[in-house]
Amino acid sequence: MRNPRRTQKIAFFLLFLATLFIVVPVGLIVIIIIQKGLPAVNWQFLSDVPRQGMRAGGIFPAIIGTVYLVTGAIIFALPIGVLAAIYLNEYAGDNFLTRIIKLAIVNLAGVPSVVYGLFGLALFVVFFRFGASIIAGSFTLGIMTLPIIITTSREALESVPYSFREVSRSLGASKWQTIRYIVLPNALSGILTGTILGLGRAAGETAPILFTVAAFYLPRLPHSVFEQTMALPYHLYVISTQVPNVDEKVRYGTALVLLALVLFMNLVAIVIRFKFRKKKKW
Amino acid sequence: MDNISAIEISGLDLWYGDFHALKNIRAGFRERIITAIIGPSGCGKSTLLRVLNRMNDLVEGVRMSGHVLMKQEDIIGEAVDVTGLRKKVGMVFQRPNPFPLSIYENIVFGPRIHANMRRHELDDIVEKSLRSVLLWEELKDKLNRSALDLSLEQKQRLCIARLTAVKPDILLMDEPCSTLDPQSTQRIEELMRELKKDYTIIIVTHNMQQAARISDETGFMLLGELIEFGPTEHVFTSPDDRRTEDYITGRYG
Repeated sequence: MRNPRRTQKIAFFLLFLATLFIVVPVGLIVIIIIQKGLPAVNWQFLSDVPRQGMRAGGIFPAIIGTVYLVTGAIIFALPIGVLAAIYLNEYAGDNFLTRIIKLAIVNLAGVPSVVYGLFGLALFVVFFRFGASIIAGSFTLGIMTLPIIITTSREALESVPYSFREVSRSLGASKWQTIRYIVLPNALSGILTGTILGLGRAAGETAPILFTVAAFYLPRLPHSVFEQTMALPYHLYVISTQVPNVDEKVRYGTALVLLALVLFMNLVAIVIRFKFRKKKKW
Repeated sequence: MDNISAIEISGLDLWYGDFHALKNIRAGFRERIITAIIGPSGCGKSTLLRVLNRMNDLVEGVRMSGHVLMKQEDIIGEAVDVTGLRKKVGMVFQRPNPFPLSIYENIVFGPRIHANMRRHELDDIVEKSLRSVLLWEELKDKLNRSALDLSLEQKQRLCIARLTAVKPDILLMDEPCSTLDPQSTQRIEELMRELKKDYTIIIVTHNMQQAARISDETGFMLLGELIEFGPTEHVFTSPDDRRTEDYITGRYG
């Protein structure tokens, strides 16, 4: 028999190493991007339009475009996702139909993002005649985020203790009043956290906006939701592969801004979760 | 004591799916007294209690037949206004379960749901309700504190206050003291004696001493049947049924 203590030590070491491998790439990505991109980031870079064929100037329209897209996606997907989660969790019984719906949601989460892009092109751009526009892009990103919103919302609703619902109903509240005044307020932090994390992912996606909204070069701000716009991830793709002789630090600067935007959204989610968790004690 | 009946039950049967949980129950609960329902775990006493405010409706696969009359109205059946019923028949649960809101918000939850009220009306209700459970002096300056910071006993009192705020006639109590220490239990029992002046109280309890201490009438249940029902003294000192005697003397349960 070999020494079990030594076996355990080796096992711990290997497990630790595996965990370390998660941290290393994240750290390297952040460090490299900051190192190479930070010199490019200044006020002009953040507030000016692209100039000289995107080799100089700033990325302001792309930043604003991404903000518009994410905002549009929230407006579209949050209500639908939360309402669907309420239906599935509070009203729907366990039957064939709801099992199909749940299966569909799981599969929706597994659809590759480029397929969402094609779907958005077919449905919103062509069929609904929105054209390549902010509204088409927002809807596409929204649909892509729906499974995450629904899943996290359901988890949040489920975590509200049954006893709260029971008391509320016993006081004569209807099912809807119970959901509206007791369940939702207590599930809100979980719902918001999940939504923001989902949108953070969507904000960085290129494929879904490729055919539905993103403009190759549009050095001004969009005037309406039916116009195209530049967006950070697509802009990054363009200046990295489509435009020759772009300074490396401009590319990395753009990546840094995108990364900062996504990390900022995650940070907001973490703060929300932390604040609410401190309050709740059941 | 010749109080009128608050609730008349006759021929009541209840099934959870295939399980026959209540068998041909017949009983009359009189107004403004405390009636205790005792019996071993799983005998159906909580189920019987939850028939009276139709909380069993929340369980899937429940079927009921028979009659439960409150003020000449049968509360069994599809057409019954369950919301109205639950306003009249409130329930205190085993674990004190205030909402994660302030003390004030906990109490006004019911009234707000049932009517549009002005601030000063709500303030009145809060004071009255807290007075009815003898918490007003303790808590009047802390109404905006979270109800979750109260002691267990205070929480249970608050839950009772939350009930009295919707002005029910009947209070159902499902083992209201089982999570409390003996001193708190004693004080809640005193409160119940106080409350029976205004409310009809039906309490389900595991604790036979508690039933003997506070109730005027007692029902003993076993395996879904109401074996014996009558004045507490009678049930505890000279029960008619052998099984009641066995339970009370501790042969099972």
